[in-house]
Amino acid sequence: MSYEFLQTLWFILIAVLWIGFFILEGFDFGVGMLLPFLGKKDEERRAIINTIGSTWDGNEVWLLTAGGATFAAFPHWYATMFSGFYLALFLLVIGLIIRGISFEYRSKDANPKWRHTFDWMIAIGSFMCALLLGTAFSNLARGVPINADMMYTGNLFTLLNPFGLLGGVTMVSVFLLYGSTFLTLKLEGELRERARELSKNLYVVAAIVVVLLAFFTYTSTDISTKIGINPGSTPLAAVIAILVATFFINRKMEGWAFLSVALHIVLTQVSFFTLMFPRVMISTLNPEWSLTIYNASSSQYTLTVMSIVALIFVPIVLVYQGWTYYIFRKRISTDKKTLVY
Amino acid sequence: MDPLTLSRLQFGLTTVYHFLFVPLTLGLSWFVAYFQTRYYQTRDEEFRKMTKFWGKLFLINFAIGVVTGIVQEFQFGMNWSEYSRYVGDIFGAPLAIEALTSFFLESTFLGVWIFGETKIPEKAHLASIWLVAVGSNLSALWILLANGWMQHPVGYVINEVTGRAELVDFFALATNPKGWLFFWHTIAAGLATASFLIIGVSAYHIFRKQNVSLFKTSFQTATIVGLIASTLVFFGGHTNGQYMFETQPMKFAAIEAHYETSSPAPFSIITIGDLTGKQEVWSWRVPAVLSFLACNNLTCEVRGVDDIQAEYVALYGPGDYVPLIVFTYWSFRIMMTIGFIMMGLSFLFLLATRGKYENAKWMKWVPWVIALPYLANSSGWILTEMGRQPWIVQGLLKVEDAVSPNLTVVDLWISLIGYVVVYGVLAIAMVYLMKKYIVAGPDAAMHESVDVAPTLVGSQD
Repeated sequence: MSYEFLQTLWFILIAVLWIGFFILEGFDFGVGMLLPFLGKKDEERRAIINTIGSTWDGNEVWLLTAGGATFAAFPHWYATMFSGFYLALFLLVIGLIIRGISFEYRSKDANPKWRHTFDWMIAIGSFMCALLLGTAFSNLARGVPINADMMYTGNLFTLLNPFGLLGGVTMVSVFLLYGSTFLTLKLEGELRERARELSKNLYVVAAIVVVLLAFFTYTSTDISTKIGINPGSTPLAAVIAILVATFFINRKMEGWAFLSVALHIVLTQVSFFTLMFPRVMISTLNPEWSLTIYNASSSQYTLTVMSIVALIFVPIVLVYQGWTYYIFRKRISTDKKTLVY
Repeated sequence: MDPLTLSRLQFGLTTVYHFLFVPLTLGLSWFVAYFQTRYYQTRDEEFRKMTKFWGKLFLINFAIGVVTGIVQEFQFGMNWSEYSRYVGDIFGAPLAIEALTSFFLESTFLGVWIFGETKIPEKAHLASIWLVAVGSNLSALWILLANGWMQHPVGYVINEVTGRAELVDFFALATNPKGWLFFWHTIAAGLATASFLIIGVSAYHIFRKQNVSLFKTSFQTATIVGLIASTLVFFGGHTNGQYMFETQPMKFAAIEAHYETSSPAPFSIITIGDLTGKQEVWSWRVPAVLSFLACNNLTCEVRGVDDIQAEYVALYGPGDYVPLIVFTYWSFRIMMTIGFIMMGLSFLFLLATRGKYENAKWMKWVPWVIALPYLANSSGWILTEMGRQPWIVQGLLKVEDAVSPNLTVVDLWISLIGYVVVYGVLAIAMVYLMKKYIVAGPDAAMHESVDVAPTLVGSQD
């Protein structure tokens, strides 16, 4: 396999890992943010956590794998992005830590204050993750100051520009909607109806910010100059997908509503990665200094080895993770006998 | 402090903290899987309780290991970007493989194990805990192969154009003896850590005459595993030392505060160095023993720190190639002494299980042994990482050239304080829960979670 083919393949593979991460962990973040607002009684909160309890940890591994794959396939991308976005990533890690530990610890003590604290940590941690990832991705699309030595020359506040923050707010809003449609799908009884009602409010916000983000993507990035691949009508399709979700939510077709939001997330990410390609980090200082799949990648040998490993293990992972969704497909009730966390 | 020192401090603290929880996860997973298998075979309710009880402690510990592991994967790029650029071609591969083959396995099947008991066939549920154990231990293999490469680089060339290390032989990386020696040493240490937790907790309950039969079974199992594991830790460590003598002579000499080349070389029982750690003030040494440790004979030459420093200056240019001897020397002695104590104790406990030990007065003090493996494990990591200084990759890249050049002192203080605070709170919550579940015993662990009156949370909203 040619070097160029392998570099392209790994760009696609990392895109797939991110898409997988956002599709799976997206609703986990949404459910986490909604937890203290939607669940009023303790067993309600437990039921909400139980909808994702069995799978959130496996979903998060998609992020770790995306990180590891970036390190292995594009060391310069990994080095520039992780050191450049230092404080943002530090906050992301803190968000992941407090949220992860809270899932495991909140039900292991009966003290209401203990549980209340961990419930809020789940919500705050999930919010931080969604906000930071959204901000980071829109900054990647917009470009960040990178000098001739592949070094990021900005700081945390460089990332907090209006377009970056809009990306963060959009990711939070979309994941909230994604979470509420997921909960409508997974819960029973009154709690399910509450989630459904919430979806009706959340989609208004989500639809507005998505339309705004799509609009400003054309003014704030080089998407229209087509330096990357022209994503064509993909961004438009992403906007349509979220509007279609509205239709299904109103008709109480929560399965289709959930799929529409998922489709929106996929199309948004596809738009993002096509806009980027073949660049992985766009320099605002000089287009020549951008990191691309060609100047940021590992050697041909490493990419070949990693391709073989991925070819063997990715299908295996998909099969057993798919199986876990199958065994935990049933709705969750607030009956205490069936709750785990 | 300068950015380099802060990044080193942060990496050291987060790594040692992460590794407080990892060995117990590695070892205890096998115990839980074993107890559940015994229940599956015998239908003895006691084994079911044991699975639940030790499983609960396993989960409380596992959670912290997982969340602190995220930091580990990210901070290579965050704090050591030049390292990541230099070795990404090689070091990234085992890391990505670890995520793909091990993290997915352990986290997915842990979810299945916690939630799946009533949803899948019993055999599949049993298989899931075994897969968790395999996944966790497999992840140790890949991360130690990655670390082994930093200690003893193999299968690479330096690209003349880019100045980066590039992988040319993946097989050499995956079979690096350094990594595999670390692996066996760590797996055995994990089993020893879990054994000592079980020994300590069981003794606590046996002494209080609670669930005596159940905890005697646990105690006996753990003493046998503990003895075998701590013996394997010793042999693994010894072989590791001999390999280090060949591949990292400076680390070997620094561990022994062995300044002058000699044959036969004496083993230091106590050496007091001066404040720089570069010179000894006073020492008590046993003749020829170090030669024996290094190469199994009493006369071989062991090169000293001063000699190797001179050689490295000739080889790599001017600089200080001597690690901080006070750390390498004492961390090794702490690790080794505790290792011997653990071997001795597990042997004595095993002997005791042949008699009526459940009424013995000394059982009251046994819970304190839980602390031993933690001290030894931390010393081991400090030793192996500090001993490689000033190198981040032995002979190829120095730590000072590996740090992210863009980070400011403010960035680093924020993250360092942030990690310390969050990790501190996590430790308090974890110790609180561990203690609570240990004291509550197996009957409490049979409940999936602690139930509370349903309206308590609601009344606060």
